[in-house]
Amino acid sequence: MSKSNQRKSRIVDKTFKYIGLAFTVFALLVLAVLITDILIKGLTRINWSFFTNLPSRHAANSGILTALAGMLSLLFFTILIAIPIGILAGVYLQEYGTNNKFAKFIEINIANLAGVPSVIYGILGLTIFVRLFGLGNSLLAGAFTLALLILPIIIVATREAIRAVPGTLREASYGMGATKWQTTRRVVIPSALGGILTGIILSISRAVGETAPLLVIGALVYVPFIPEGPNDQFTTLPIQIFNWVSRPQAAFITNAAAGIIILLLITFILNGIAIYIRSKWYKNIKY
Amino acid sequence: MKGKIAVYLFILCFLSSCFKEYRGRINIDGSSSVYPITEAVAEEFRILNSDIRVTVGVSGTGGGFKKFSRGETDISNASRPIKDSEIEACKANNISFIEIPVAYDGLAVVVSPSNDFVDYLTVEELKKMWEPAAQRTINSWKQIRETFPDVPLRLYGAGTSSGTYDYFTEAIMGKAKSSRGDYTASEDDNVLVQGVSSDKGALGFFGLGYYAENKNKLKLVGIDAGKGIVFPTDSTVRTGFYAPLSRPEFIYVNSKSATNPVVQEFVKFYLENASYLVKEVGYVPLPDEVYLLSYQRFLNNKQGSLFANTSVVGADLVKLMTENQ
Repeated sequence: MSKSNQRKSRIVDKTFKYIGLAFTVFALLVLAVLITDILIKGLTRINWSFFTNLPSRHAANSGILTALAGMLSLLFFTILIAIPIGILAGVYLQEYGTNNKFAKFIEINIANLAGVPSVIYGILGLTIFVRLFGLGNSLLAGAFTLALLILPIIIVATREAIRAVPGTLREASYGMGATKWQTTRRVVIPSALGGILTGIILSISRAVGETAPLLVIGALVYVPFIPEGPNDQFTTLPIQIFNWVSRPQAAFITNAAAGIIILLLITFILNGIAIYIRSKWYKNIKY
Repeated sequence: MKGKIAVYLFILCFLSSCFKEYRGRINIDGSSSVYPITEAVAEEFRILNSDIRVTVGVSGTGGGFKKFSRGETDISNASRPIKDSEIEACKANNISFIEIPVAYDGLAVVVSPSNDFVDYLTVEELKKMWEPAAQRTINSWKQIRETFPDVPLRLYGAGTSSGTYDYFTEAIMGKAKSSRGDYTASEDDNVLVQGVSSDKGALGFFGLGYYAENKNKLKLVGIDAGKGIVFPTDSTVRTGFYAPLSRPEFIYVNSKSATNPVVQEFVKFYLENASYLVKEVGYVPLPDEVYLLSYQRFLNNKQGSLFANTSVVGADLVKLMTENQ
């Protein structure tokens, strides 16, 4: 009796393992098919002029210079806005406001914000930054909107990283006579920096692919110049791809595939940096 | 300390760069069907005038007019004439405009190549398929014409916010925005092409340019509006013989912007070069006379819409414009 039971459990155990394996392989296969398809369609289109040309009605002469420049400047301002706010909010919630109702209220709202669809941020950005603040469809308006979008990710990552700092470190610091601010600044944040940076980079790699909120705030499609300041109009790579995909000529679809490869590459690089920082940081720190 | 000063200097340089001198800026937004034409014109214009910044967005005809009526854009692309409600919105903000037709586009009605029973459809039959009353009741080709087999009918068309949808419903149903709701709608015409090509019972409509690029995947349906079966071609669309599904595309110029020499230069360039650029991006150019008449109207600062009282469907542009100089 018990022997057959044992055999049964062992079979269940094995089956579960193989089912799990099958699903993992399936997910990876889908990804592989997608990537191969894009590579086959777009790889031959990538050459130097693809990076240096302006948008054009001729698919073969059309390039991503302004879209890439627009995207990088947009990310620059987004980071500039989101990092201080995100880190400070995370530090406050984790180090100072753990026990008051106000902080709990904020915490719930941040969790909710993380789940809001990105278009909604676009509508918010349109009303507040574009119209109310009168920023128009400028880089700054786009950066503020994207900053709002990635704030919850940075805040949550900051909190997680700070939570991982052992309490004994703090107590040691207090024991030496340090104030709370000194402890936070010199002990807690430096030890948590690895986790915080990882969170920031992951949030950037999310912002890279966003199209919907930018379209809502009025980002343009045909922009034949590189933005020269925060008040300039802009376009980004995902918008360029979106436009190419909807064109009737097949050659534009090839362009879109090439654009997607570049976008994927940027995301991979960002994620790679995040993983590198994480592993390096945790190797160096010994509590 | 030194580092801080360097950072401030950097930011200062960065901010000051946005005061760089340009001879002018022209903001354009609106319809995605007119976008390729305006993009082509802007691209050619830039070669001659690199110190004028022309930007083009794609918010759709309606979205474009919303920005236009707030005074945020100089020129609005539109694939249908401006509506009364949009004219009201412009008036409320003290904005007047000059209407300029720039091209013709034929709406192609297509079926799958595996569909071997449809060669042509009358406007009446199209109406029977698409009218609001057809919702959930007209489901088979047999209901459209007795000789058709009992194959399920599946419809594909532009989304309800597009100018293309507005025009199609006005031309077929006689009333803009009136159609059945149970059809596959997409703003991306390539999705419609995919859908129609793989489905024997499918019927769809979109701009002629998308048919021209996908001839091997689609079968064109002739339209009979009482004067025999007509297929959309450059000449039938240009002469208006492909009725009622050939439509004009427009740009609307803010008349305050029209006093700006930079915008004047751009509009002049647009109308001088539209003829060959329109063809290049897959649309049908207007008769040369219309471009001349349009430029005259622009110089005369002739404001308002030609289609405030007349329907755009089947309109004779030459006649309308000569009468309204």
